[in-house]
Amino acid sequence: MSAGSAPWLEHNLTQSEYELILGLMGREPNFLELALFGVMWSEHCGYKNSKAQLKKLPTQGPQVLQGPGENAGVVYLGDGLAAAFKMESHNHPSAIEPYQGAATGVGGIIRDIFAMGARPIASLNSLRFGNVDDNHVKRLLNGVVSGIGDYGNCMGIPTVGGDVYFHPSYQGNPLVNAMCLGLMKADKIYRGQAAGVGNVVMLVGARTGRDGIKGASFASEELSDLDQDKRPNVQVGDPFMEKLLMEATLEILEKDLVVGLQDLGAAGLTSSGAEMAGRAGSGLYMDLDLVPLREKGLLDWEIMLSESQERMLLVVEPSKVEAISEVFDKWDLLAVAIGKVTSDGNFTLRRGEKVLAAVPAQFLTDRVPIYQRPFSEPAYYQAAKKADLTVTQNQGDWSGLLFKLMASPNLSSRAWVYEQYDHMVGLNTVVRPGGDAALLRLPGTRRGLALSSDCNARYVYLDPHLGAAIAVAEAALNVAAVGAKPLALTNCLNFGNPENPEIYWQFVKATDGLAQAAKALNTPVTGGNVSFYNEYDKRAIFPTPTIGMIGVIEDIENRLTHGFKKPGHLIVLVGESKEELGASEVHYLLTGRDEGPVPSLDLERAARLNDFLVEAAKKSLLASAHDLAEGGLAAGLAECCFPLNLGAKVKSEAPVSAAAAFFGESQSRVLISLPEENLRALKALLAQSRLPHGLIGQVTSEDRLTIDHGREKLEANLSDLKVAWSEALPRAAAL
Amino acid sequence: MKFKANVKVMLKPSVLDPQGATLERALKSMGYDNVGSVRVGKLIELVLESENIGEAEKAANEWADRLLANHNMEHYSLTLEPLP
Amino acid sequence: MSVKTAVVVFPGSNCDQDNVRSWKAISGLDAQLVWHKEASLPNYDLVIIPGGFAFGDYLRCGAIARFSPVMSEIVRLAKRGNLVLGICNGFQILTEAGLLPGALNHNKNLKYLCLDVFLRVENAQTAFTGDYSKGQVIKIPISHGCGGFSLKGSELKTLNDRDRVVFRYCAPDGSVSAEDAPNGSLDNVAGIINEGGNVLGMMPHPERLAEKELGGLDGRPLFTSILRTLKGGS
Repeated sequence: MSAGSAPWLEHNLTQSEYELILGLMGREPNFLELALFGVMWSEHCGYKNSKAQLKKLPTQGPQVLQGPGENAGVVYLGDGLAAAFKMESHNHPSAIEPYQGAATGVGGIIRDIFAMGARPIASLNSLRFGNVDDNHVKRLLNGVVSGIGDYGNCMGIPTVGGDVYFHPSYQGNPLVNAMCLGLMKADKIYRGQAAGVGNVVMLVGARTGRDGIKGASFASEELSDLDQDKRPNVQVGDPFMEKLLMEATLEILEKDLVVGLQDLGAAGLTSSGAEMAGRAGSGLYMDLDLVPLREKGLLDWEIMLSESQERMLLVVEPSKVEAISEVFDKWDLLAVAIGKVTSDGNFTLRRGEKVLAAVPAQFLTDRVPIYQRPFSEPAYYQAAKKADLTVTQNQGDWSGLLFKLMASPNLSSRAWVYEQYDHMVGLNTVVRPGGDAALLRLPGTRRGLALSSDCNARYVYLDPHLGAAIAVAEAALNVAAVGAKPLALTNCLNFGNPENPEIYWQFVKATDGLAQAAKALNTPVTGGNVSFYNEYDKRAIFPTPTIGMIGVIEDIENRLTHGFKKPGHLIVLVGESKEELGASEVHYLLTGRDEGPVPSLDLERAARLNDFLVEAAKKSLLASAHDLAEGGLAAGLAECCFPLNLGAKVKSEAPVSAAAAFFGESQSRVLISLPEENLRALKALLAQSRLPHGLIGQVTSEDRLTIDHGREKLEANLSDLKVAWSEALPRAAAL
Repeated sequence: MKFKANVKVMLKPSVLDPQGATLERALKSMGYDNVGSVRVGKLIELVLESENIGEAEKAANEWADRLLANHNMEHYSLTLEPLP
Repeated sequence: MSVKTAVVVFPGSNCDQDNVRSWKAISGLDAQLVWHKEASLPNYDLVIIPGGFAFGDYLRCGAIARFSPVMSEIVRLAKRGNLVLGICNGFQILTEAGLLPGALNHNKNLKYLCLDVFLRVENAQTAFTGDYSKGQVIKIPISHGCGGFSLKGSELKTLNDRDRVVFRYCAPDGSVSAEDAPNGSLDNVAGIINEGGNVLGMMPHPERLAEKELGGLDGRPLFTSILRTLKGGS
């Protein structure tokens, strides 16, 4: 037989999946139909390798108005307002063309947000790169950052936060996770549903070209040097077009002209059409002759799989088509009726009267096979726990070590990155990037919305369950540290090849930890994205379940920032410092090794710490708050001193080694400063919250950071340290 | 010998060119109805030293392949002239 | 008198709402959003051309926007002496339209830059700066990729001789050296005014630091100055 002997191969399906399709359809699907199954049943669209594990995540709560399964999750913020938010990966496109890959990643997530009826008001980005000394990595870093900046800046959506880490595991496979949040009235949520038989299906925005064809299945394969030919045409982002599309879309939603809508992302018309019909339990047809094309001669399957950017699919009552066209005309955008909602449950593609494909929509969306992959504990897991940490414990030049640490790629100032992003447009950014979390005021109210993204992937690699729980706890603590109550989270689960049992073990354990922490901290998961096959030359990235956390503060007047405010203020360390140097940044800096036990986490105490911060902010007891993370107490103190160029004199009494006291990464710790007159009230609140704490020192006006620990002493000149910290990343990134 | 290379980098025909499309619309809206397709590219002029024109071409091609153009979305053309 | 204010919206403008919001918060007065296809702008006392990326900033910043129908009206109003304020992209559009001299080039590090900078008020006697004092150092954010002012030497001399450089990038202490202009602007120029004194273009965003909650108030006097001029005038 010809190529027809294994027709599933060119659609990235397996033989057993093909047989499943035969059974469902009761006949042999044609090429186009099989292409539809190929993309819809890919991991990227169908979540076939992840769904079984994602079911563990808590998705409900009184604050949740829309959980996973829509374009984005929606939570209630108070005062009649709701936020739509989501995070998504664009890793493989960014590996190939960093500027456009990152830009279109931003564009895609923005469309998801305004498709819910929300006006996007903030973006964040979580980025991972290889060793920054490598020239290729420098180019990726520069390309990705300017791609994100140029797209978001042009859209007028402030990029207010994110995180950037470097580690060799990301060398050939960087991570670009983009998050966007939009604001809407809580009673005006739109959904991606093709409801109402006879309603018109409209395609609006850009023309369709041969962009990123098969991107969805491409995202479901590993990268290697050899697959140049397999690579799809890079999608080029047009933020100007997207800005117009956003304004036009929000205008028609404001005018109540739309039944349902969805953006065209991975697998383009196929996924948006099938998903909209699938959710509504309806059918719909599209006439491919009516799809506006950018170039002649696109084949049926190319039109259906094109990932041309800046397009949306609308479902509209027939009487409102004209009004919609008028709005899109004003914005110089195309809006074309290409089909209708039907009652037969089929996703039907036609050219004129000729039917090209007809597949029950729910076969594509709801009948994706779900795989419970085999998993096994990798050998490194037990071995790494037994690491010898004495090298780090026995260091002596603590000041020198602090300088090295603060100038290291992972701890140095991120200003070089966020200063390339317009983080102020919109006039809502009341806490700018550079602190624990960004805070935006919500127009018309006193409320503020805090956002943070986080994941220490070394922790996750060394202990996926605990590491993922720490990522959630850390993101929640970041939000609480500005005085906001953590509300809900989105995530981007970046892993290697799930067909490898040891990678799948990471995935299973990490989702266990994520679920446990999200439940304990009452921050349900309202959506997100899974990105597998993040490997290069058969080496997987660190498992990286990035968490995007949001929270609300009732009155922005009570917001907290991390910088010390005034000489004479007292410094209190809340939390417990243990002998925890395992998996730490300082140990990695000294040895280049990713090893040791991951710091312990008491989720119940973490929840109480968050509540304490929210309460302390509300009572205006604190002058500053800063969560301790990589680099421990010493790095945290330095970060608190930098903003207003103040000093600190501190005495550590923790029963641990000097190295652990200065640089250990014990979890659930916060550095706070306050005027002395608030100390009594603070102590009462801490006692009530049952949180261990110690009054460890004072803010000074000197240009000096001093930490005493028994006979050991760390002393550093702060202005020199600030220069080292500020200049490290721009220097490292320079091409 | 010194050579001047002109490397013209254009987006591949199948790749979206937002700048070109916007310029096309702008020219039309200014009343120039006879405008056809507009594409925007880059012209990179560089001077290099080589034994002969063949070597120069090889070098310039390599630079264009490795850095100046991204083959995932662009192609380039190269002209070379010897400099006095 | 009542003050009529227009904030122009080009496709791709993105600080239009911010300027309406700031103007309302500071002046207590309304401002109208005006679409770029509007071919008549009757009697606006103040026209603000806001920041953003008009037409995507494709080709050159402001190059396409200047051909929009609304621009000939803005030129007409400017000639009549009505106030025109161009902020960031608005400044770029005003130079492309020939209402202000010079051009705005790529930042010297070729990167977009969003951060607070210090400006020295060079001329506090314009219609836009009366509530500042000469030599005052103010903190205002910039947010642009193309903010490097450039101009022929002889024309720069004219600008300086006639006190038409209104704001200069400076150090926190008010001293001016080339490194204080993060974008590489010629002679540290951050904002200039036309010969008639009624058209001001500036790259920094005064509307972004005009409320305490946003971290500063140094942008506020620009708007109160305009209000004073308009209320005191005619």
